[in-house]
Amino acid sequence: MIIRIQNLFPVVMLSGAFSLLSAALFVSMDAVDVAFTEAAVGAGIATVLYLSAISLTGAIEKPPSGSRAIPLLVMTGLAAMLLYGTADMPAYGDANAPAHIHLMPEYITGTRTQIGIPNIVSSILASYRGFDTLGETGVIFTAGAGVLLLLRRGRPRRELANQGGNE
Amino acid sequence: MKHHLILLMAAKLMIPPILLFALYVQFHGDYGPGGGFQAGVIFASAFILYGLVFGLDELRRVAPLSAVTKLMAAGWGLYIGVGYAGVATGGMFLDYGRLSSDPIAGQHTGIFLVELGVGMAVASTMLAIYQCFAAHQSRELTDDEW
Repeated sequence: MIIRIQNLFPVVMLSGAFSLLSAALFVSMDAVDVAFTEAAVGAGIATVLYLSAISLTGAIEKPPSGSRAIPLLVMTGLAAMLLYGTADMPAYGDANAPAHIHLMPEYITGTRTQIGIPNIVSSILASYRGFDTLGETGVIFTAGAGVLLLLRRGRPRRELANQGGNE
Repeated sequence: MKHHLILLMAAKLMIPPILLFALYVQFHGDYGPGGGFQAGVIFASAFILYGLVFGLDELRRVAPLSAVTKLMAAGWGLYIGVGYAGVATGGMFLDYGRLSSDPIAGQHTGIFLVELGVGMAVASTMLAIYQCFAAHQSRELTDDEW
């Protein structure tokens, strides 16, 4: 449904609703931390940012130029590859999945003996994989700095140019 | 926006609980679900709601962009600082165990500070991005345009 709409406002609303739905999905998979993030970022802040981007650029999608066959082919190929990839994934909740048997038991016992906090997710994110999280925070910082560099100065350039022409 | 009385009142009622919940998620992250990133986003969303309903000028009064950008750097700096504190106390980078005489208490301190840094950086980055986007709105949108 989302891909057939040309007006971008309903598209933003629908993707926000989709985000909220996937947050509910994460909750039902017991991934509450991810659900938190998805609900706050995907359904909340991203929707607001999309809306402000729309109000800056315009809400109607331009009709596509050129042939649609090549993008369709690429996307079909990509989808086929991804579907092929999922065939090898371990079943959901499989206790013998590689992700569960390699380092996870160490983390689970270590969280109790070495770190002493009940939330294993926090102990992995902040302590065992502190370097990762440092990098992630850096990514967020860099993204913010990039937006600041591009958009900080008051009004868009087009408007300034128009003003110059009127004088 | 001035005539949207219900929206104004609803936002006024909702913002304090959202902020409180963000602080809860931040400081209870060791014990329940949540952590710096989630808390930062929730914290920022309260401010963004404020900005949406009361306008960008009001938001700028509460959270000026200059302060927000400093907080961005301070958050990441706090994280890196905790990392070097591990080095300074004779351990490795991001080695929290040495931050206190008891390694487990040190881990607690380290995780607390690191999550605080993440929360500060995330909240202020989201706010900065929102403010940048909103500042480019050249005119007030009327209700029928949506």
